Amino acid sequence: MIHKSLLKWFGIFLVATAFNSCKKDKPKEDTNIPPVATGAFNLLFKNTVGDSALVLETSEYKNANGDTFTISTFNYYISNVKLIADDNSVYTESESYHLLSAFNDNTLKIPLKNVPFKKYISISFMIGVDSVKNVTGIQGGDLDPAKGMFWNWNTGYIMAKFEGYSSKSPEVDKTVLYHVGGFSGSNSVLKTVGLDFPTAMTVSETESPKLKVKADVLEWFTSPQNISFSSLYVIHAPGADAKKMADNFADMFSIITN
Amino acid sequence: MKAKNKIAALMMVLSLTLFFFQCSKDPQIPSPQVTGVTFTVPQGWPQPVYNFEENTLTDAGFNLGRRLFYEKKLSRDGSISCGSCHQQFAAFANAAHARSHGIDRQFGKRNAPALFNLNWQTSFMWDGGINHITVQPLAPINDSLEMDGNMNDVIAFLSADASYRKMFKETFGDEAVTTQRVLKSFAQFLGALVSSNSKYDRIQRGEAGYAFTADEEIGKSIFNQRCASCHAPPLFSNFSYRNIGLEPNVSLQDSGRMRISESVQDMHSYKMPSLRNVEVSSPYMHDGRFKTLDKAIDYHINKPYYMSNVDPVILNGQALSVDEIQSIISFLNTLTDNTFIHDTRFSDPLYK
Ligand code: HEC
Ligand code: HEC
Repeated sequence: MIHKSLLKWFGIFLVATAFNSCKKDKPKEDTNIPPVATGAFNLLFKNTVGDSALVLETSEYKNANGDTFTISTFNYYISNVKLIADDNSVYTESESYHLLSAFNDNTLKIPLKNVPFKKYISISFMIGVDSVKNVTGIQGGDLDPAKGMFWNWNTGYIMAKFEGYSSKSPEVDKTVLYHVGGFSGSNSVLKTVGLDFPTAMTVSETESPKLKVKADVLEWFTSPQNISFSSLYVIHAPGADAKKMADNFADMFSIITN
Repeated sequence: MKAKNKIAALMMVLSLTLFFFQCSKDPQIPSPQVTGVTFTVPQGWPQPVYNFEENTLTDAGFNLGRRLFYEKKLSRDGSISCGSCHQQFAAFANAAHARSHGIDRQFGKRNAPALFNLNWQTSFMWDGGINHITVQPLAPINDSLEMDGNMNDVIAFLSADASYRKMFKETFGDEAVTTQRVLKSFAQFLGALVSSNSKYDRIQRGEAGYAFTADEEIGKSIFNQRCASCHAPPLFSNFSYRNIGLEPNVSLQDSGRMRISESVQDMHSYKMPSLRNVEVSSPYMHDGRFKTLDKAIDYHINKPYYMSNVDPVILNGQALSVDEIQSIISFLNTLTDNTFIHDTRFSDPLYK
């Protein structure tokens, strides 16, 4: 008796398992693709003023126009990070939005995860936050408006922010304040940066490359347009001045080896 | 015996409490917790712009948003809530305040608009500077003339309050208070403010016992000819920006839509307001310059102040007679939604 009912249950179990595994097999596409082996690729940013490391508040610098200044805030967004491999395939970081701030060195390190084992030859990223995230409402993480990089009265992210002091500034308190933003149409300040690696960088089981990228503040104030702090000392909305500044800082990034 | 007495006394207290509790079910006294919150697109209306994407409407989320809307402690000195400027009996406009009174009794630049059917709006504020309902509350919370707060203080306050932590847990699964969660909750309340039960709506739906009076009919037909191209039904606005020829108040230094678009074409243009509930949302226009509807319509249509970009429909339109204006007002009064302005689900949950 016991034997029989056990068998019966075993039978039911078998049938159930069969059905179960049928269900699991459904997404057929997945089954043939071997799992891609992936590793890490570390992106390290270094803020500089010319060739020296950026020091907030205490250090005095000079722009191309000859105006001296100090820096109190230096923040910018990097988004849509991509690595291009020597076989032209592209690694795209998911949810790729990073706020880099001179206040916090940890924000300058971006560990890229799940990077396929390959030989990479270049990197691209956007300076700023792409338009999608500017029009789809409240975001979290580095895109949290409480991070101070968001305009409440004219929706949109401040893509890059420079604040400091210069004796040349006509403001009473000598501030220089550039809040650069604008994501739509002719007001867009979004810039995509592409940097070729001096030598290819391989991600493999044993290799997790480190790429050092410098961000040079001085580039904000020269080429294509020289900036004089006595004539342009405040930007706090999208528009022509913000675009001018973005054209300047578009080339502030370069790869460094030390 | 003593124990029995104690029990009896306890029973008395209990039944009394229950009795009072039942009294509080009176429709005039708002229920602290709302259940069964839904959002449905009224018959014949277009699809909304926002339909709680990535922010599914729930009772818990709505109740949290509702409490936040009436929370004075979100302001710097604990004196002002959203509900201070947006009053339900005025369809969530600021009754009797031309320009809203903010913190330290300071005046803002603009009139607090009525709030309803916000899920159909593509932009917010008179100049349309805000592009999404889930980021709108950041503006008043941070504005130095309104609540003069900031999200870090708001988050600190909410995280320190056990009853709020409980509500965040009910809504989001854990107690963490983040900017995103606060704003999603606000959007649950704001988006649920649907006004679609005016006499006009009931007639549109063919409900028994509702019909326009002769005067309302006359007003409706003038409205359709002269107003509906801009104040388009069923929302009674197409939410675009126009300069309608209100003489600029120079002291306010308000360029309207131009502040956002930076185009001189938009100088002194403002987002056209919905005319639903306009009977109760006085004062009128972006700076609240008119207290009464007849004056608002008279200046709006009959006395435009010349500026090069005043809308030609307004500039070249025929004058309306006093009688015509009265008929239009009769029609506009059919857009008053008494169900909405008395709906206790939308009133202050802690009001005593
Ligand atoms: C001091 C008064 C005041 C307070 C407090 C206030 N508001 Fe407002 N609200 C206004 C004014 C004035 C405007 C119009 C602003 C403009 O056009 O620049 C407005 C506009 C709005 C709008 C846009 C409506 C539309 O049709 O474009 C929404 C939504 C809104 N407020 C919600 C809120 C919320 C939520 C809060 C609380 C976090 C709040 N308000 C607090 C005065 C206030
Ligand atoms: C060209 C588009 C246009 C037409 C046509 C038009 N309006 Fe307006 N209306 C507006 C705009 C824009 C505003 C807001 C103006 C402002 O505050 O600066 C407005 C505001 C109003 C207001 C004030 C509402 C409030 O809440 O403050 C009333 C009332 C009004 N209109 C009634 C009418 C009536 C009645 C007609 C027809 C006789 C009409 N409008 C025709 C664009 C229009």
